[in-house]
Amino acid sequence: MNLHLAPRHVFRVICIGVVAVLSNPVDCVAGEIDELTATIRDIGPKGEGHVAAQQAWKSLSAQPVSELVTVLKGFQGANQLATNWLRGAVDAIAQTALNESKSLPETELQAFVIDHENAPLARLTAYEWLLRVNPKIKKSLLPHFLDDSSLELRRDAVASLLDSAKLSADKSQAETVIAAYRRALNHARDLDQIDEATKQITDLGGMVDLPRHFGFLLDWHVIAPFDNTNKKGLDINYTPELDANRFIDSAVTHLGKLPDLKWKNAASEERFGIVDLNGIYPDKYKGAIAYAHTTFESSSAQNVQLRLGCINANKIWINGKLLTRNNVYHANMMIDQYIVNASLKKGSNRILLKIAQNEQEESWAQRWQFQLRVCDSNGTAILATDR
Amino acid sequence: MNNLIKHRVNILTMTAFFLTLSPQLWAEEWNGFRGPQGNPVSTSELPLVWDVEKGSNIGWKSEIPGRGVSGPIVVGNRIFVTASGGVNQQRLYVLCFDVGSGKQLWRRDFWATGRTYSHPTSANAAPTPVSDGKLLFAFYSSNDLVCLDLDGNLKWFRGLAHDYPKAGNDVGMAASPVVAGNVVIVQIENQGDSFACAVDKNSGLEVWRKPRDPRANWSSPTTYTHGNGAPTVILQSGSGLTAFDADTGTSIWDIGLSCGTMSSPLVVNNALYVTSGGITKLGLNTPSGKPKVIWAVNKLNSNGASPVVLGDNFYTLSGAIAKGANSNTGEILWQLRLKGRFWATPILANKHLYFINQDGLVQIVELEGDGDSQAASIVSVIDMGESVLGTPAAADNALFIRSDKHLWKVTNMVNGE
Repeated sequence: MNLHLAPRHVFRVICIGVVAVLSNPVDCVAGEIDELTATIRDIGPKGEGHVAAQQAWKSLSAQPVSELVTVLKGFQGANQLATNWLRGAVDAIAQTALNESKSLPETELQAFVIDHENAPLARLTAYEWLLRVNPKIKKSLLPHFLDDSSLELRRDAVASLLDSAKLSADKSQAETVIAAYRRALNHARDLDQIDEATKQITDLGGMVDLPRHFGFLLDWHVIAPFDNTNKKGLDINYTPELDANRFIDSAVTHLGKLPDLKWKNAASEERFGIVDLNGIYPDKYKGAIAYAHTTFESSSAQNVQLRLGCINANKIWINGKLLTRNNVYHANMMIDQYIVNASLKKGSNRILLKIAQNEQEESWAQRWQFQLRVCDSNGTAILATDR
Repeated sequence: MNNLIKHRVNILTMTAFFLTLSPQLWAEEWNGFRGPQGNPVSTSELPLVWDVEKGSNIGWKSEIPGRGVSGPIVVGNRIFVTASGGVNQQRLYVLCFDVGSGKQLWRRDFWATGRTYSHPTSANAAPTPVSDGKLLFAFYSSNDLVCLDLDGNLKWFRGLAHDYPKAGNDVGMAASPVVAGNVVIVQIENQGDSFACAVDKNSGLEVWRKPRDPRANWSSPTTYTHGNGAPTVILQSGSGLTAFDADTGTSIWDIGLSCGTMSSPLVVNNALYVTSGGITKLGLNTPSGKPKVIWAVNKLNSNGASPVVLGDNFYTLSGAIAKGANSNTGEILWQLRLKGRFWATPILANKHLYFINQDGLVQIVELEGDGDSQAASIVSVIDMGESVLGTPAAADNALFIRSDKHLWKVTNMVNGE
């Protein structure tokens, strides 16, 4: 067990100890709370910072409910681990207050929730506690969440738009109802809400370009099969890896499991952009590697996310740089299954996928397919300039 | 007052004091997956009939947010359940209810840091939590491990997939944690970062970590005391069985044996029962130090559910066929065809086995006689009306069943009370 403490942790442990001994938590001032939350934000991987954080958490969770928003502000800059520790402290403070029949600082919490400068999960936490004590406040808050970076807050706002659209269905023209659903669709980022809006729009005669809404890439060049016997092929650099990061030449032949393999065009018409390699290669190769290549014309140099759904082992490169390697076969497939950050340059960017099929014979282990989209960290599609 | 009386008064006073401080000492406990010894046998008198619609023998029914297939656990007068919610099951809930009233005493919310996907029949809240009587350890398919005291105060939070990002199985993971010695142990076996590790109960720091086969495995660890007195954890996977000193991670023994990856190993009276084709019984603490095969019976296969042993009798569920056998020889004594598909491990109380299928149909099997003369018959069938995948808990003459949306207390009610 590693109990070594960094010097900053030692200092904080001493400070927190002094605060805990000398002061009543009720008298803790905002600066001291900031120190406590900073200690928790220092939590790192593999238990780093736990010793100091445990002491800080005790003091933090004993703060009076009047300091709830000060604690919530401490979420800013916290990693996933620290955010959970801070959530635990907020829940303890709020629950203690309610158990003691004290009120939450509703006005301050409301102001905190609608201020998008605050950390999304802190705002969500504040919102959830507000709803527990005053459910009626929800309606007035929802309009603030339509473009929220907290997808859970956004979800509630979109649900309200879907409800309104549904209510208008009986008394409005189809075009008006479609417009209401389309507004919900434009703000929606969750698959079930997108599905619901799409179904209603299309049932009313409207059109929805789902791949465009998500940012799925539909036009690919593919080449297969290369050898993946005993799952060895994922880390073998077959010739298309070299070519695809430079150019695609459909006339050039490659030696794979079969001779004279060539790149061929493959366009997905599936509503979620799935490219079915078994459909392209009806021999349904097993123990085989396929490569898929496309280009993305970016309007500017920008940071994006590439989100892959794939039931096979896979790799993703962008402009020749390997972004991820997932050596997992037949353990489900869903939209946004593998999410990686990527930097696009202005102009043309090469995206190369390697999709590895194994040799399992079970009926549930036959799919060989993928879907890829480009979006921001909220899941909002980023479209190529030539789309 | 003479010294003896003073001494007795002091003992009574101290006992009363500690009972007041530690309500968990009051009652029979069910503090983890399959109960306190990992063998789901209870001393409780459980009801044989109840009706969820009429409410007969239903002590209470409480709502659970989100979803979950984990089992409930009982510590003193409190019952703890995990759940997960949100569009991608990214919300993690830990809930505490009062055993007597079913009132929710507290709820704690967290966010998953690892992969949250699962098959639709499962959920992020799949592993059953465990408690050492003072601390509660809640674990999720996303490999997030939360430690709280029994009042809901956070002791620490570890995101094990945050630390090892390739750990996960998008079909869902389900191995429940165990407590042994001073550590809580989790078994995270999958095609990515595959390992088992022990985390210090009080600090949340890693004590040891062992790489494991990179293959999917849902089997939960189990514990026993090795001959040298060391608290020991047994890990079962597709390629074999391994025992580690829980506190140090020192390997004690390992056996290459093709084992099941869904049911969990069972230790009773220095014997280990594992799914391996059928069931294999191995003797523990043998003179050589390595377990020795006592019997292996192919027809006693276990699938999703794990086996149960009481005295000379062994029970298992092969698909939908309940089987009773002699625990000393493996000889099959009886078989009964039940209805449905099962994930929950049956529990045994007062000569009755309680089987619950995934549709929530409870089938109670009465055991008549002991040893080789034992026979079995279905005496009661009750529809819970909701899907049940988690193994129930039994304590204080009550059965606690966790369905997808509710927690139920089933108990013999007298005059409606």
